[in-house]
Amino acid sequence: MRYLLKKIGIFLLTIFVISLLVFFAFQIIPGDPTARMLGTQATPERVAALREELGLNKPAAVRYINWLKDFIKGDFGSSFSYNMPVRDLLKGKLSITAALTGMSFLMVLIISFPIGIILANFAHSRSDRIAMAINQIIMSIPSFFIGIIFTYVFGLILKLFTPGDFIPHSSDPSKFWSYLFFPALAIAMPKSAMVIKLLRSSMVNQMSEDYVRTAYSRGNSRWQVLRSHVMRNAIIPVVTFLAVTLVDIIAGSIIIEQVFAIPGMGRLLMTSIIGRDLPVVQTIIMIISIVVITVNFIADISYKYIDPRIRFH
Amino acid sequence: MKKSPNYNLIVGCTLTAITVSIIVVGFFWTPYDPDAMSVSEKSMAPCLKHILGTDNFGRDILSRVMEGAGTTLSIAFLAVSIGAAFGTLIGGLTGYFGGAADEIIMRINDAVTAFPSILLALVIISITGYGRTNIIIILGILFIPSFARVVRGEFAKQRNMDYVKNAKLMGVRNTRIIFVHILPNIAPVLLSAVAIGFNNAVLAEASMSFLGVGVQPTESASLGRMLLDSQSYLFSSPWQAISAGCAISILILGFALISEGLGYRPMWRPTTKRRRKSNA
Repeated sequence: MRYLLKKIGIFLLTIFVISLLVFFAFQIIPGDPTARMLGTQATPERVAALREELGLNKPAAVRYINWLKDFIKGDFGSSFSYNMPVRDLLKGKLSITAALTGMSFLMVLIISFPIGIILANFAHSRSDRIAMAINQIIMSIPSFFIGIIFTYVFGLILKLFTPGDFIPHSSDPSKFWSYLFFPALAIAMPKSAMVIKLLRSSMVNQMSEDYVRTAYSRGNSRWQVLRSHVMRNAIIPVVTFLAVTLVDIIAGSIIIEQVFAIPGMGRLLMTSIIGRDLPVVQTIIMIISIVVITVNFIADISYKYIDPRIRFH
Repeated sequence: MKKSPNYNLIVGCTLTAITVSIIVVGFFWTPYDPDAMSVSEKSMAPCLKHILGTDNFGRDILSRVMEGAGTTLSIAFLAVSIGAAFGTLIGGLTGYFGGAADEIIMRINDAVTAFPSILLALVIISITGYGRTNIIIILGILFIPSFARVVRGEFAKQRNMDYVKNAKLMGVRNTRIIFVHILPNIAPVLLSAVAIGFNNAVLAEASMSFLGVGVQPTESASLGRMLLDSQSYLFSSPWQAISAGCAISILILGFALISEGLGYRPMWRPTTKRRRKSNA
C-alpha cells in the first residue's frame, strides 16, 4: 500500500513538472499572440484591451496557476485561428484517435502473442529463421508507407474502402470501425513485429533455465511448460515493451491520420502546428503527455502483480 | 558448437554499403537533374530511359530518390553525431563519477525517453519553426538521452574493473581514464547504439518530412516529402510512392541489421552468463 501511495505521488509530481514545462515552453515563443489574433485590425488600444482580457499582463506564475486551474476544469482556452474554444475543437477528435489507438493496440496483442509463442516453440528451425527474416523486414517499413501501400492495394485496386472518405461514428458505427481497420493495421504491423521478436527471444532465453528442465521432468507436456512456466517469466520484459508500444502507437496515429485523412487529434495537431495555433498545440501536447505518463504508471505498478518475486521498497 | 556466420551483420553491412555508395554517387552525379521538369515526360511508368519512372512534373524519380536519400542520410549523420558526442560525454562523466548529478541526469533521461521522439520533435518544431537545420539540431538533442543511457550503463560497469582501479593507483588522471582507458572498451556497444541511432534518425526525418514540417521542398528533395506528394497521384502513378517508400525502408533495414549484428553476437559481447546455453 505504501508502495502504491509512493508511486501515485511520483505520478502526480511528474504531471505537475510536465505541465510546468509545457506551459513555459509555449511562453518563450517570440511574437505577441494578440497581434496574430487581431491580424490587420491591430491597433495599440485593441492590443492592450486584448492583452488585459487574456490576462497577459499578469506575472507568469499567476498565469500558470490560472491556466492549470482552467485546464483541470476542462477549459483549454480558445484557438487563435478558429476563434472558438479549444474544447469544442477537440470534441469528437479525441475519441477518434482513442478508437484508432485502442484498435491498433488490440491488433498488436492479437497478432504478436500467438506468432511469438509459435516461433519460440520452433526456435532455430528453418521456418523460424525465415519468419524472423520477414519479421525484421516488416519492422523496418515505416507505418506511413504501409498505410500508403494499403491505400493503393486495398483501397484503389481491391476497393475494400474508399480512401479519404471517413465516416463518423454517429452516422454509421460499423462503417466507422471498418474504415479504421486498415489505418490501425498499418500502425500495428511494424509494432507487432517488434513485440514478436522480443517475446520470442525472451521465451527462448527462459527455455534454457533449470526450472524448465524440472518442469519437464515432472511430466509436463511441452505446451504446459511453455504456457504456465516459460510464459509467466518471459512476459515480464514484454509488458514494459507493451507500454512503450502503446505510447508509440499514439505517436504513430498522428502520422497515420494524415495518410488516411482521419479527422482525429493528430490531424488537428498538425494543422495547428503549421498554422501556429499555439493554444491548440499546447492542449493536445498536454493531453498526450498525461496519457503517456499514465500508461507508464500503469505498466510500473502492474509488475507487482505479474512478477510477485519483485519486492518493492 | 559450430559458430554460424553473423548473417545480420553481413547482410546489414552489404545493404548499407550499397545504399551509401549510391547516395555518395548521387552527391556528384544523378542520371538527370533532380529538379528538371518536363511537360512531355509527365508521370511516366518505369522504362529504360527513366528506370523508376517520372513524377507528375516530369522529374526523374531515380535522381530524386538519390538526392532525397542523400538529404535524409546527411541529416541522420549530423543528428547522430550531435547525439553521440554529447551523449557519450554526459553518459561517460555521470557513469564514471556517479553521485547526485548522475541520479538527477538519469531521472531527466528517463522522463525524456518515456516520450516518443517524433512527438517531442513536433513540440519543439512548433516553437522553433521548421527547416533542415532545425531538424538536425532537434533530432541531435533528442538523441542525447539514449546515447547517454547506454554509455552510462557501460561506464558504471567498467569503473569497478581491475584495470581501471589499477590505472587509478598509478595516478592516471580521470579524464585520461575515461577517454583513453574505458572508451575504447565500450566501442562495440557504442557502435551498436550509433547504428540504432541512424535507424531512428532516418525514420524520424522521413516522418517529419512526410508530415510537412521537415525538409522544405525549396531546400532539396527528401524521401518523406516525395512520399507525401506522391499520395495525390497514387492511383495513376504508384511507382513514385513505391520508390520513395522502399528507399526509406531499405535504409532503415540496413542500419537495423547492423545494430542487430553488433549487439547480440558473442564475438562482440562475450556472454558472462553462468548458465550454459543448451538445446534452446
